Amino acid sequence: MARRSRSVMRRLMPWAALLPMALTVLVAYLGTTLWSLRVSVSSSRTFPADDFVGLEQYERLFENERWLQSLQNLAVYGVLFIVAAMLIGFLLAVFIDQKVRAEGLLRTVFLYPYAMSFVATGLVWQWVMNPGAGLQEAMRRIGWTSFTFDWIVDQDKVIYTIVIATVWQAAGLVMALVLAGLRGIDAELWKATRIDGIPAWRVYLSIVVPMLGPTLATVFVLLFTGVVKVFDSVVSMTQGGPGTASDVPAKFIMDHLFGRANLALASAGAMVLLATVLAIVAPLLYARSRRRIAQ
Amino acid sequence: MNAGTRRAAPRRWDAGRVGVYAFLLTAALFFLAPLYIMVVTSLKSMDEIRAGHLFSLPLAPTLDAWRTAWSEACTGVSCEGVSVGFWNSVAIVVPSTLIPILVGAVNGYALSYWRPRGAQWLFGMLMLGAFIPVQVMVYPLVKVLASVGLFASLPGIVAVHVVFSMPVMTLLFRNHYAALPVELFKAARIDGGGFWRIFFQLMLPMSLPIVVVAAIMQVTGVWNDYVLGLVFAGHEHLPMTVQLNNVINTTTGERLYNVNMAATILTSLVPLALYLVSGRWFVRGIAAGAVKG
Repeated sequence: MARRSRSVMRRLMPWAALLPMALTVLVAYLGTTLWSLRVSVSSSRTFPADDFVGLEQYERLFENERWLQSLQNLAVYGVLFIVAAMLIGFLLAVFIDQKVRAEGLLRTVFLYPYAMSFVATGLVWQWVMNPGAGLQEAMRRIGWTSFTFDWIVDQDKVIYTIVIATVWQAAGLVMALVLAGLRGIDAELWKATRIDGIPAWRVYLSIVVPMLGPTLATVFVLLFTGVVKVFDSVVSMTQGGPGTASDVPAKFIMDHLFGRANLALASAGAMVLLATVLAIVAPLLYARSRRRIAQ
Repeated sequence: MNAGTRRAAPRRWDAGRVGVYAFLLTAALFFLAPLYIMVVTSLKSMDEIRAGHLFSLPLAPTLDAWRTAWSEACTGVSCEGVSVGFWNSVAIVVPSTLIPILVGAVNGYALSYWRPRGAQWLFGMLMLGAFIPVQVMVYPLVKVLASVGLFASLPGIVAVHVVFSMPVMTLLFRNHYAALPVELFKAARIDGGGFWRIFFQLMLPMSLPIVVVAAIMQVTGVWNDYVLGLVFAGHEHLPMTVQLNNVINTTTGERLYNVNMAATILTSLVPLALYLVSGRWFVRGIAAGAVKG
């Protein structure tokens, strides 16, 4: 009998060990998501209410100027950030891969911003872009008196300053991953294409980029999750301003959860954000799992 | 990485070669400029900042701004500098590194070798959960933690870090164990090893490299976290990033750029030092964490 209960214990042990994981999935992921979904169809303000108002909060959300602005900002920011980070990171990797000197040093220089927090990144660039004392003023004092770079206080251009700061922070990550991919390409490819007299840029464009497809997809997913998360850098750099010109959904939701006590509206925004992520990430993950089965 | 064996083309200094170096040097200047600006600004007095410009070298370098940033800078209500945040961050980072690594290792081990029924399904959910935006989870988590009395406490913020780091930590160790020969585990089972004995005596000692990678990722990630610390740590335990932002963005009156930049460098020092020391391990962490699924 004692032996039997011991063997039952043994069989249950792996499950017991996975209890923190089960709790995380059930409570922290599923539970919170369902809770937010439930609250988003209620009239909750400061405290959660149990009534049901249908999609009213979503309607109000999409009539809210500030939300629409933050969504538009997210779209502009997302496209520019991902394109710029991937392009710059890819070029850096390709150029570093030309057997240059001081490769290790260059890699360190390009990647160190990635070790810095978004808060620190935002604060440095806030100082650089400050029109009164930053880059603009410096260029004017050096002698270029008509130099103007005041995007950070310009409602129409402030979102580009967030792009610049975060591309600076993340381009090194793209470089590191693409470089690892490039080093995995067979040296025979280069011999063969050189014998055929194909120019290098052509080889990169037509052969190397398609070969790096999985790497680039991974990079895209990483950058995209960063886009949806964008919050710290906006808060530290512009606090969403001037006015609400650089507001983003994550900040809108946090403000409505904790500052403006509008739980239901914030939860509706969070669900829209979640739906956006799933709509873009799910097809990529699906394609990847199909590819693995095919292999 | 053996760059030397790649292409056998003779290294001539033609136009293309000059172009490659010109591009890389320009890029290096762009990447280094903020660091340079931070350092020179932090070494100037406010008078010198007003008289000079962003790039000018400090004529009379002084560490006053560093001293102020560390122990006197004001965060709205109190004026104790970012040193308080530094020690808060240390207190958060240590358990938020050790516990997630242990949990991730146990998860990976159980998933790779014991495969309890339904666990793969659970693992799939965990990986999908990594994509849920923080904003969906943050308010309900506040409620859950408050109901067990852990909201705005050190154990509370550590628990939140454990939850948010679990997907990547689990993946890291699962992939590591999946690459080990399964015969090792089978032999240990035949010798009568139980779940924990095999884990602590066989698997954990063989996981040292991946533990180092995981530790680098966690220390960097938790140290640089802002939003979780802001919401969950509570006033007594605000991490350094939150205090840094408060020093710079909530002060009224004249902005002390030298103090601000010194505080920014101080806050970035731990992850930067870790990056410079760990080098390739840091990159390995990025690559390992990037291979989701």
